[in-house]
Amino acid sequence: MGMRGKVLGLTGDEAVAYAIKQVEPDVVAAYPITPQTIIVERISEYVANGEIKTEYIAVESEHSAMSACIGAAAVGARAFTATASAGLAFMWETLYIAASCRLPIVMAIVNRALSAPINIHCDHSDSMGARDSGWIQIYCENSQEAYDAAIQAWKIAEHPDVLLPVMFCLDGFVLSHTLENVHTLPDEDVKEFIGERKFVKVRSHEGREVPFVLDPENPITIGPLDLYDFYFEHKRQQVEAMKNAKKVIVDVGREYGKISGREYGLLEPYKLESAEVAIVGLGSTMGTAKVVVDKLREKGRKVGLLKIRAFRPFPYEEVIKELEHVEVIGVLDRSLSFGAQGGPLFLEIRSAFYDFERRPLISNYVYGLGGRDMPPDLIMQIFDDLEKIKEKGRVDVLLKFIGLRE
Amino acid sequence: MTERLPGWRDIPIGGVAFKPSEEYKTGDWRVFRPVLNKEKCNRCYLCHFYCPEGAIKVLDTGDIEIDYDYCKGCLICVNECPRGALESVQE
Repeated sequence: MGMRGKVLGLTGDEAVAYAIKQVEPDVVAAYPITPQTIIVERISEYVANGEIKTEYIAVESEHSAMSACIGAAAVGARAFTATASAGLAFMWETLYIAASCRLPIVMAIVNRALSAPINIHCDHSDSMGARDSGWIQIYCENSQEAYDAAIQAWKIAEHPDVLLPVMFCLDGFVLSHTLENVHTLPDEDVKEFIGERKFVKVRSHEGREVPFVLDPENPITIGPLDLYDFYFEHKRQQVEAMKNAKKVIVDVGREYGKISGREYGLLEPYKLESAEVAIVGLGSTMGTAKVVVDKLREKGRKVGLLKIRAFRPFPYEEVIKELEHVEVIGVLDRSLSFGAQGGPLFLEIRSAFYDFERRPLISNYVYGLGGRDMPPDLIMQIFDDLEKIKEKGRVDVLLKFIGLRE
Repeated sequence: MTERLPGWRDIPIGGVAFKPSEEYKTGDWRVFRPVLNKEKCNRCYLCHFYCPEGAIKVLDTGDIEIDYDYCKGCLICVNECPRGALESVQE
């Protein structure tokens, strides 16, 4: 690659911690929870060793972790936290506050199933449950992507057209605890890339244009009582910020490509040219699925895949553009929405094609709940099924469970 | 509400308050209003100190005045007045 920086053997969690060390946020407030623990352990070591000047706040819960991040971000600090599963669920109330107060907090989610029964392994129920909280969501395929997202997230969150918190998600254990070669950037490149946090101007209660940050010299009040007269307007502003985030994610991904050699966008098409059937999914399973696509392509089968990187904002137009020639789409969901027609990703993809003239056949495959393995042969079975649907010309069963014992 | 309120493009983000709280009149929340009987008042100012809204002012003359724009009608003043100089009257 010829790029500067070291290649390190890191687990997904360590890769995130290493990136955060290089970013050196002002505040990290976090509570340990499997499989996120290594992230906060490493960061607390960096702080204890004096390697970074970050203020590490050991809080008593995730609700407090996010609350501390909200306070820190409101006074102008860069604030980071990380959590998983029940920890994210416990943050619920404060997730919405962070987003509504337009605070550019960055959080790593190490995806883990929600109780009960208690389970420490990967699925996407935790972050998918938070999809309506107003946070930007980026899903990572491997530790390299997690490292890269942990750097790009700040530039996306703090962009004046966005000002929304960002959660980037990596699969528990599959990535968090698995050693991988990770190309890192030199510290100074990371610092230069993210730069200093800047503040937009807002109109204060004194009628002055002041920086959007809590400062006794220029007092403002953030997020006080907001009833039927203004609440709706504030929500509309968040809609706009999410729309703007699409372009910013692409711009930041391109800019990051210039310093790292690894460019990012909203999604990643893989061998979709001339594909007749394709799967759509997110997270680490897409890495396995690429291997399956390669194998099937070798045999002359016209298959491909589309990896969704940004789930919020959801790239509807871009999805259609990538898949418009595909006849049958299989959407892979690693979480459920009980009582819905399918998983969260399926609902988005199917809805995206509603206004499209030539609607493809779309089928939903829920897999990997509670860490159930998704080996290549199961993905192979999905492609077999998609080809059968293509021959038949219709989807008989909309929602199928892959790797489940009947 | 007769005042035309600004649209979503014209208000600060993050729910930042762009008007001082004085402009938000809370007096119409009131069901009972405290009414002062000046004859009975001996200017102890307990009502002034107890009022959680700061809606009972002490004037330069030493008299007290209830600001009905902000008085929510909690009637703490009526309860605290040792002289029974404040009466609660239904709106």
